[in-house]
Amino acid sequence: MRLITIIASLAVLALLVVLPFNLKNYGIYILSLWMVYSIAAMGLNLTLGYAGQVSLAQAAFLGIGAYTTALLMKAGYPFLFGFGLSAGICFCVGLILGYPALRVQHHFLAFVTLGFNALVWLVFRNEEWLTGGTYGLMGFPRPSFFGIDTTNQVAFYFFSLTIFVLLAVILWWIVRSPWGRAFQALRENPIRANSLGVDIRRMTLLAFAIGAAYGGMAGSLFAPLVEFIDPQSFQLNTSLMLLLMVIVGGSGRFLGPVIGALLVVLLPEWLRFTEGMYLIIYASLVMVLLAFCPSGLIGLYERSVAALRARPSGSRGSEKP
Amino acid sequence: MNRSNENVLSVCGISKSFGGIRAVDDVSFDVQRGEILGLIGPNGSGKSTLFDCVLGQLFPDSGEVFVNGNIVTRKRPCDLNKLGVGRTFQMLQVFSEMTVLENIILAGQEHRGTLVSRLFGQSDAGLTEQADEIIAFFRLTHLRDHRAGSLSYGQQKLLDTAMAFMAGPRLVMLDEPAGGVNLTMLESLKERLIAFNEERAATFVVIEHNMEFVMSLCTRILVLANGAIIAEGTPEEIRNDPVVIEAYLGE
Repeated sequence: MRLITIIASLAVLALLVVLPFNLKNYGIYILSLWMVYSIAAMGLNLTLGYAGQVSLAQAAFLGIGAYTTALLMKAGYPFLFGFGLSAGICFCVGLILGYPALRVQHHFLAFVTLGFNALVWLVFRNEEWLTGGTYGLMGFPRPSFFGIDTTNQVAFYFFSLTIFVLLAVILWWIVRSPWGRAFQALRENPIRANSLGVDIRRMTLLAFAIGAAYGGMAGSLFAPLVEFIDPQSFQLNTSLMLLLMVIVGGSGRFLGPVIGALLVVLLPEWLRFTEGMYLIIYASLVMVLLAFCPSGLIGLYERSVAALRARPSGSRGSEKP
Repeated sequence: MNRSNENVLSVCGISKSFGGIRAVDDVSFDVQRGEILGLIGPNGSGKSTLFDCVLGQLFPDSGEVFVNGNIVTRKRPCDLNKLGVGRTFQMLQVFSEMTVLENIILAGQEHRGTLVSRLFGQSDAGLTEQADEIIAFFRLTHLRDHRAGSLSYGQQKLLDTAMAFMAGPRLVMLDEPAGGVNLTMLESLKERLIAFNEERAATFVVIEHNMEFVMSLCTRILVLANGAIIAEGTPEEIRNDPVVIEAYLGE
């Protein structure tokens, strides 16, 4: 099982390396966008999927990261400085946003975070002196590293891919560490976790802060990718879209948000031939999927694998439920 | 207040009301090191509320709680756990999506290192060996890698109890450990608890409705009715106490 996972991961990685050379600029742009949204969705998956804290504010962090990076790059600072600062600011703001979660849960928490998203969006729109208001921000260069300029779409794609893989490895490390177990315990049964010594206050705040930092880092990549940012990109819509990525992919599954993001970003492109039917087909697919498999696409995959395993020998089904 | 060090737990004048109902009414008792104290009483007599007040799950309206002579009133449950107090709840509470092993490791990991060292250290916090010991002690080895949710009720109850013992607690408070456990497993559970008490000098407070289980397990029993202690003594004394019989059977 382990070996198969490693081989599959390497195969996917190889595909991701080869793919851009066979695509036009727009295709590469879409792939880069997938990487960026995947990072934000992975963060939300930690907050929501692993730690069980509902958040409708991930787009706000995407925005904070994007505006921070854009403003700093316009002022002539290097990209990595903006990237680090975006992560730092979002971590701190996420920590603060975590406090309501110590008091309210579920749909109440959803509304608290929704309010926060609206607030941040209003700041982006109204504080024209800083954010450019509805006109947005542009004219910040794409970063270059070691003499390699990422203005080229392929170069930026590889840059996004590198950061994506790096952040995925870090998140994987977090969820497989005792922290991951504590987050899961927080989701499943906070009272029992507390009685076993898990400091649920601290873990709740951390779940928000780390998820927010991932949102900020995604935003930091988003700004140079699209080269123009305005408040529209960070509305509640985007938060709902990121939530959809996590849920459709498989909440609480490591690769769930990545698969979910792939679907949400690519499906509109694939369904382009249906013209006006796109949204209807899309909405129906999501409804059917979630009604029959709430654990998302990854859950669907796990279920099929389990079913296939149980069939030939019959006795091996109990091996892994 | 100077409390004797022999008392692992001292409860002094705890009261707790919900609206107009006085669930726990000025309850005081001490638990000595190595003792197995039973806490019995009719439904609604305030046993679980008393537990919650002692363990920081609820804040008492008045009164103080001492563990090993240190005041712990209003400390959070996780802090109490770090002071060596383990507990179970009346309702079964295991982490059903984790395996048996993961449940047990979780119960011990927060006692290992600091927050930061837990992030950078081993995935199992170096606890697999110790966890396997506890799992074997509660005879769950054959279920080690099964999801806790797939276990039978009785097995989950054993796992729940096992979790309370993982961090090597000095005091363990068990809320109805025998509820829903079949007879064979009940014997096994009693034997495990007594063994733990003797081998590791752990002190227990046990809430239980199964009289036979309580009488054969405990060295001393407190009887609670309407939030107050109405009787205290050895199992033999309690069994024959007319006040207790009346409280259980009613007027």
